[in-house]
Formats: sequence, C-alpha cells, structure tokens
Amino acid sequence: MSRISKTFASLKSNNKKALIPFITAGDPSVEMTKKILHQLVESGADMIELGIPFSDPMADGPVIQRASERALANNVGIRKTFEIAKEFRNTDQDTPLILMGYANPIEAIGFDEFLRLCKEADVDGIITVDYPPEESKEYVGKLKENDIDAIFLLAPTTEKERIQQIIKQATGFLYYVSLKGVTGAQNIDIDQVKHRVAEIKSLTDLPVGVGFGVRDPETAKAVASFSDAIVIGSRIIQEIEKSNENNMLENISKIIKSIREVI
Amino acid sequence: MDNYNFPDQNGHFGPYGGTFVAETLIEALDELKEMYNQFKDDKEFLNEFHHDLKHFVGRPSPIYFAERLTQKIGGAKIYFKREDLNHTGAHKVNNTVGQALLAKKMGKPRVIAETGAGQHGVATATIAARLGLECVVYMGAEDVKRQSPNVYRMKLLGAKVVPVESGSKTLKDALNEALRDWVTNVSNTFYIIGTVAGPHPYPMMVRDFNSVVGKEAIGQMDELEGKQPDAVIACVGGGSNAMGIFYPYIPYKETRLIGVEAAGHGIETGKHAAPLTANSPVGILHGNRTYMMQNEEGQIIETHSVSAGLDYPGVGPEHSWLKDTGRAEYVAVNDDEALAAFHNLCKTEGIIPALETSHAIAYAEKLAKELPKDKTILVNLSGRGDKDINTVANIAGIKI
Ligand SMILES: Cc1ncc(COP(=O)(O)O)c(C=O)c1O
Repeated sequence: MSRISKTFASLKSNNKKALIPFITAGDPSVEMTKKILHQLVESGADMIELGIPFSDPMADGPVIQRASERALANNVGIRKTFEIAKEFRNTDQDTPLILMGYANPIEAIGFDEFLRLCKEADVDGIITVDYPPEESKEYVGKLKENDIDAIFLLAPTTEKERIQQIIKQATGFLYYVSLKGVTGAQNIDIDQVKHRVAEIKSLTDLPVGVGFGVRDPETAKAVASFSDAIVIGSRIIQEIEKSNENNMLENISKIIKSIREVI
Repeated sequence: MDNYNFPDQNGHFGPYGGTFVAETLIEALDELKEMYNQFKDDKEFLNEFHHDLKHFVGRPSPIYFAERLTQKIGGAKIYFKREDLNHTGAHKVNNTVGQALLAKKMGKPRVIAETGAGQHGVATATIAARLGLECVVYMGAEDVKRQSPNVYRMKLLGAKVVPVESGSKTLKDALNEALRDWVTNVSNTFYIIGTVAGPHPYPMMVRDFNSVVGKEAIGQMDELEGKQPDAVIACVGGGSNAMGIFYPYIPYKETRLIGVEAAGHGIETGKHAAPLTANSPVGILHGNRTYMMQNEEGQIIETHSVSAGLDYPGVGPEHSWLKDTGRAEYVAVNDDEALAAFHNLCKTEGIIPALETSHAIAYAEKLAKELPKDKTILVNLSGRGDKDINTVANIAGIKI
C-alpha cells in the first residue's frame, strides 16, 4: 500500500480528514521551505503538496504566481525542488509528499530523469496540472510502474463519463477543483461542491480531496464533512508574504492548527 | 506532403500540438471542437463569414507588384498580399471575424483576447462592437507602453484593456492571464485566440479562418503572372499570417514556403524570438507542444524583438511540423534589418508596414537579390505600421 493510501486508511479509522497544505519549493527561500515543511507536519498536516516553480503557472492565481516568481528568483526549479524533497524525506519517513507542477519542466529534464529523481527523493504522488489523461498515457504508465501515485484533477465542468475515464487512470486520491477559476479564488459554492463530491464518490472508492477555494476553518470544516481531504495553499502563502523570518513558522502554524482542530 | 491532412482528430501535427490544459477547460474545448466541426462546413455560417469578410473587412485584399522595390533590388519580382489594407490594418481580423461569429452562434455574450502588438486586440474589440459582445483584452504591461495607440483604439471600441503585470509582461503573459480568465468565466465567455497557438482546436481553427489569404492569393497570382510564386514569405510570431498564406500552398510543391522569425539582437546573443531558427528544445506551453525557448529546467525564457507581435517564446505547432517535414523553411531577421526594411518600404513604395511584417520584407529583399528576374516572390504584407510610428520615432530619438 502506498504511503498516501496508508495515511488515508489510518485517518479513516480515526474518523479524521486529511489536511494537505500546499507551498512552493524555494519560497521565500530554500532554507525556509525546509523549515516550513517540518513545521507543517508538526502543526498537524497529514500530507504535503510541494509546488515545482514554473515561469508560466497558468492555473494559478496571483498569490501562487508570486510564490513561483520568488522561488525562481532564488534559482529554484525542478532539480532544487527534488533536493528539498529529498532532505525532507531524510528526516520524515512517514508523511506523504506530493509534487504539483506543470508539464514543461518535467519534459525538459525528461521522464526517465524525472522518475529517477522521484525515486531518489521517495516522492509519493504527482499532480501535473496541464497533463490531462489523454495526453499523458506514457507518463502515467511510468509513474505507476514506479509506484508513484498519479493524482488527477476533476473540475466542476468535468462530465460524468469523463470522470469515469479519469478514475480508471487515477491512484492515491482524486483532487476535486472546487470552483471554476484559478488557485486562491474566492467564489466557492459549498452546496455545489457537496453535490459534485457525492457524485464522484458514488463512482469510486478512491478518496476525494478538495482544493482551490479553501481559505479558513469554517470552509475547511464544511468541505471536510463530505470529502476525505482538504488542500489549502494560497492562504498559507499569504502568511509567508506577511511574515518575517522570525514569526513565519509561528504564523503558519496558527493557520494549520486552526484548521486541524475542525476537520 | 501529398494529401497533407493535419492535425489528426486530437489536434496533433506529428508530435506537436495537442491539448495540454487544466481539467476545467477540457469541457469548453470539447464544446468548441464540436461547434467548430458543425459550422466549418455549414453553408449559412460560411456565407455569413464571407459576407463580413467582404463588406466589413474589405476582402479580397489586393496583390500588388512592388515595382520600384523590385527594380531597386534588381532580382526576383516582389509581390505583396495587402493584408495591411484590411479594416483594422492587419490579417488578424480574418480570424476574429470567424471566431466572433462562432461565439455568437454558441450564445456566448462575452469575448476575451490576448494581444501583443495590439492588432489582435483591436480586431477583437472591433468585431465585438459590431456584434454587440462584451470584450476584455489582456495585454502585457510592457506592450501597453510600446503600443499605446492601439490601447486607446481598443478603448474607443468599448473594450476593457487589462495590463498584465506578471512574468515578462509581454504576449505570453497576456495569454496566461486570458486563460485564467477563461477558466473562471468559462460558461459565458469565448476566448478568441489571436494566433495559431493554444490548445486544439485553436491552431487548426485560426489557420482555417486565415487561409482565405492563401486561397485568394492562388487565384490572384494566376491572374497576374499566370503561375504561382517561387517563394511565399511571411513573418512568424505565433504564426497565423504565415499559416494563413502557407496552408493553401502546401500542395504547390514548386513554391517554397519561408517563415521569418525575429532574431532580435541576433540569434547568437540569445536575445531573440526565433525558436524554430534557433532550434530551441520542444516544450509545452499554452496548451500545445512545440519548439519553445526555455532553459534546461523548462522555465520559459524572456524573448526579445523590436516588434511586440513577434515577441513570443513559442510558435504555432503546425510550423514545428512543417519545419521537421521540410515543407517550410524558417529563417530569422534581426531588429536592425527589420527597421531598415521598414524605412526602405516607406520611401520606395509608399507603404508603411508593421514592424512584424518588416521582418518578412527584409528577408524578401535578401532572397530577391539572389534570384534571377524571372522568379517571383510573394510576401504576406500582414499589417500596416501606423501602430509602430512611436516605436520607430523613439529608436530614431525623435519625440512625436
Ligand atoms: C501585422 C502583424 N503581423 C504579424 C503578427 C504576428 O502574428 P502571427 O505570427 O500570428 O501572424 C502580428 C501580431 O500582432 C501583427 O500585428
């Protein structure tokens, strides 16, 4: 069983939902990212999504775009992201680590090199934003051969037949994008999300996580009541932007704890 | 190249093209594919399209023999396909008329566009005004500065112009921002992409709408010369004016197809916008796979060209395919050569060309010199240079 599946199973037996924070590798600096990763776990994160910086993050709102720009200014790209991931894994063997990124950096270094780096850093899952299943058969096949979960996004616009197709390829969990929009948007409609998550769950036994519009304990609680995981990203990155090096870990910890308590 | 039939069903031109987008857009692209397939051979739709091209745009655009330029160079005969004479001043309008009509048929009340030089933005704003559609245009903040006449023109036409401050603040960033808007407003919005890039079906659809240029040219050249040109030359940013004239010529094997990219400060300096000529690695951006200017870790790098409309790190996927198959050739012309061709054409022919177009003209001059007088060259004169007079004056140190 993969680290991701194990984590979901153990949460389920404790009647808890997974809390998955997102940060971008190298934001605000390589050193701080390393510290933040451990802080997230200490404060209650069950898994971590680590963003691979990209120059053209089309699916991201302004907050995560800025995170990517800061990371790139620190010379952090896909290789440094793996270095950070590897170091995290050296000191934490239990927390699933999921990389989230865009197709171009992965193709630029090549699938084989990418897989080698994934294995070396013992990464658990990958979300590739702009690789829909029809364009990524070879890639997804290779991920599976290497026991890396291929996590797919489902959107409010994804039709039922397509959901069924995607489920066949997905492993680990399904990531439901809660709204029509980019990361950090604020137009989440809880009732609609509930309805859609129920529909997806009726089609699969895979856990379903929800992300893109979750910013506060109230929303997190509501969404967690009908899903298996919540992903929170822009809200944490805003905390990074507001804080200085001395209070950053504490400020992030507060947010994570406030959500941990309610899901 | 017999029976050239690309893209395939999934939008692939050999290894290029495709649909590399976030899941939210898949349904919108499926809907667009379906509607385009339904309308592209629909008599009534095509009648409306051609009616607008004739009465609103002013087509067919003439082909003009550049007699004085030809004499001055002393080689092959140079002809221009005068897309600069279209309403709004460039080839871009052919495609926007088609896409806006499709938006209307699909019941979308709002259209968005990205723009570099502003020509596509102006064309979109124009047709949106004519059809009564709400229009938002994304434009890199850098380009807003260097193409200010077009910014005001769009505003006059009732469009909202949004300066894009992210990334390199140029065309690629405007495209990112337009895609973000589309993801957010996908139910009521039609994204009118301005070149043969983006996810399937855009590269095919934009090519088809623009290929009226090449179709007309084949008839006109036959009339004027009794034969087809030995070379057809067009500048390549994303590649829509080039695809528009190349596509109908693909079966004419005796006609060389030559795309001219922007060499900026020179290919060797790295400050250019010529992924095909420089043999950049293949990458994925804006929904398709194509030659792409990027570093070893797949970060898209900043491009440079004196012309905003060519300042793009990628190129339409079909051009990548035409390069690999050898059916088209790609060369690059630097800023100085383009500017020299710009000034030369103003004085020799009384035509002020767009800076984008000036790249094609500069290469045509080079080629004409090498060819004998009985050969003919057809240049797609993709647009007029009114929008560029501030840029050109600035470079000359003149304030207007
Ligand atoms: C006059 C003119 N020619 C050419 C271009 C380049 O675009 P494309 O390569 O799609 O024809 C532009 C773009 O703005 C333009 O305005």
